[in-house]
Amino acid sequence: MATLTSPSGGTQTETLDLAAKFPGVVADERENYSGWIVEKDSLIEVATFLRDELSYDLLSSVTGVDYLPEEKMEVVYQVYKTTGGPGIFFKVQIPRIDPMEVPSVIEIWPGADFQEREIWDLYGIKFSGHPDLRRILTWEGFEGHPMRKDWQEAFYEEDTKPFKSRWPEGNHVHAETRTPYGANLKFPQKFDPEKWTPTDPEEALYASLKKATITDEEGLETDQIIVNMGPQHPSTHGVFRAVVVLDGETVTSLKPVMGYLHRNHEKIGERNTFLQNMPYTDRLDYFNSMTNNWGYALAVEKLMGIEVTERAEHIRVIMSELTRIQNHLIWIGMMLNDLGTYFTPALYAFEERELILDIFEIASGSRMMCNYYRFGGVVRDMPAEAFEKIKGLVYDRLPGKIAEFERLLTENEILVSRLKGIGYLSAEDAIATSMTGPMLRASGVPYDIRRADPYGIYDRFDFDVVTRPESDMYARYIVRVEEMRQSLRILEQAIKGIPEGPVLPGRPVYQVRVPAGEAYGRIEAPKGELGFYIISNGKPNPWRYHVRAPSFINLTALEKMCVGNKIADFVAILGAIDIVLGELDR
Amino acid sequence: MYGKGILKGLGVTLKRFINTYVDDIAWWGRRYFKPEGIAHRSSKDARGIFTIQYPEEKLPTPEEFRYVPFLVYDEAEGGEKAVRCTSCGICSKVCPPQCIWIVRTNDPKTGKPVPQPAEFYIDADICMNCGFCAEYCPFDAIKMDHDYEIASYERNVYNLDKLLKPASYYAGIRPENAAREDEARRIKEEAKAAKAAAAAK
Repeated sequence: MATLTSPSGGTQTETLDLAAKFPGVVADERENYSGWIVEKDSLIEVATFLRDELSYDLLSSVTGVDYLPEEKMEVVYQVYKTTGGPGIFFKVQIPRIDPMEVPSVIEIWPGADFQEREIWDLYGIKFSGHPDLRRILTWEGFEGHPMRKDWQEAFYEEDTKPFKSRWPEGNHVHAETRTPYGANLKFPQKFDPEKWTPTDPEEALYASLKKATITDEEGLETDQIIVNMGPQHPSTHGVFRAVVVLDGETVTSLKPVMGYLHRNHEKIGERNTFLQNMPYTDRLDYFNSMTNNWGYALAVEKLMGIEVTERAEHIRVIMSELTRIQNHLIWIGMMLNDLGTYFTPALYAFEERELILDIFEIASGSRMMCNYYRFGGVVRDMPAEAFEKIKGLVYDRLPGKIAEFERLLTENEILVSRLKGIGYLSAEDAIATSMTGPMLRASGVPYDIRRADPYGIYDRFDFDVVTRPESDMYARYIVRVEEMRQSLRILEQAIKGIPEGPVLPGRPVYQVRVPAGEAYGRIEAPKGELGFYIISNGKPNPWRYHVRAPSFINLTALEKMCVGNKIADFVAILGAIDIVLGELDR
Repeated sequence: MYGKGILKGLGVTLKRFINTYVDDIAWWGRRYFKPEGIAHRSSKDARGIFTIQYPEEKLPTPEEFRYVPFLVYDEAEGGEKAVRCTSCGICSKVCPPQCIWIVRTNDPKTGKPVPQPAEFYIDADICMNCGFCAEYCPFDAIKMDHDYEIASYERNVYNLDKLLKPASYYAGIRPENAAREDEARRIKEEAKAAKAAAAAK
């Protein structure tokens, strides 16, 4: 009987043998891999069993892997329990011959919706049973499936960095000179860009919306209208677009359209060496580069099997809790902007955030693109000046400022009437659609990875997991305010407990040795569960680098929250999810 | 009472409004355009206006602040530039966006590599200011700059001429780092000299 070793560290208490229970299941026995390999015909049966019998109710991540040398494709599922504890990996392998098809798990975990569309888009694996399988990050006229290992981008130089042309005979050439305008994109066969009109690929999108003509009691026919919010709408926090069907002012159906900021972060990540990915993670959720760094470092450290030094662990906690505070402050400011207060709360929030960014700048050298974490620790010790500033903020300034925000907003009748009862999402729906972070906790589910599956040294700190049962927008606001207070509690303990010592084990090396295998590092980022799925084949570059972005997956429930509400509330509901387009579009 | 919450909130904005003037008076003449005023406005005791009137005022850059890299040279006797870079190529290998191009010098007679770069390019438009090149350089030869005002109408491809800056400049922007590194290099060289002396005996 195979004992399951959890992908995130500890061993699982229940020893369960899926292979004995289901004929189409074998244990994944590749070195440093864990979990099960499921035949695609038994996938639905196994998935239902995991959810209903073993209560693995939260689908954390679904992603594809292209094993080009072995001529097969793999779909990897990671499921967890919202009651906490380690999760289970299971995989479906299919031969790498088009058309590739895997049954969709959307009926079991509706949270698979966008993620399966992403796999179809980037890997070209079809999911039978998916109701709306369109491309999601690239556009409908896109040629090929870019994450496949044999797909090459327009500015392609070599499969992996470092590029050989840089040294010892590196004569500088502009990338545009090598790939001039016009030669920098490919089209599908029989596609003529001159004849193309934007309506062609949009038809599938508009057809996916539920649109109806309503006849009222007097026999008067009223039509519903389609409104495109974005991609240049100020309330969408960047280039995000939502196509909304309106009945009067009420939203009846909604589809988010994304990918305007898509740069194929994961492909870039697979060209990079392990270390080179670190500054790229800063650019995902650019408000929270400290936590992004941590998620990635965690995954690689798991694979390398190295210990983080004690002082570095404390610095990591301090930095990421400061990040959480500044993210929630910005969220409150921007949320109020969306509601129409126009910049007063936003500027109040920016003031505190500036002071936190000053600390990041002193420690890491940059306010937003921190690039501060390294495998096994952090890049350099926190200067004494930064530590003094942190103490000043945590003990003297921030508690009062959070209270001031509460005085300004919490009881404000206008705010309360805009938030209470709006954007309802029940706990069941929130779990089913893979919501994580403050969104899930505002639906009354006490699920916080710092508690449920602790990483770093979070198991040593005393803090509460903030939840609210109301499941509306007001609950999301209260949860974030309280979370800032809990972050301060953690900060106080971390400041007290921080030991002296080195911040990196051994000498810094730029070419880290990562043994072959897979690892999934997940952390409680301010926006939700941020996961990095890494596969190494022992070479200097990751074979697979996948980001489970909370902004992206939290949008799955957007339609559910908006239907029945007014169009003006859509803006607020979207704001409450707390999306960042850098992470959403990747 | 309905409306109490709004009044409470308005109280906060009113207090903030008054605070602006309180601090302006308390710091009369020192609050704006003076280093101490700027430092106060970005401290934990800051109240009122906290914005910095760029470009008349500038936030001081902390020592570790990093921007597009430059190459350090030591001022040798006779005003010659002793370039620290040995063109080993580590920075161009570790660079995540691959924006460093180095041409290694080869001895024209023997064809063997000479520890000095013939050409050195940094495409500053591609540089992501991550600081890896400076972090992993074993010769303290490439360092991150503090000069962030590099906006221009042209593409910024820096060559050796533009990149080379004296060690005194480096010590000016990063005094602590420069002192630490100089000390480490001195110890290393002394050890090397001692070893050579021991071998000569």
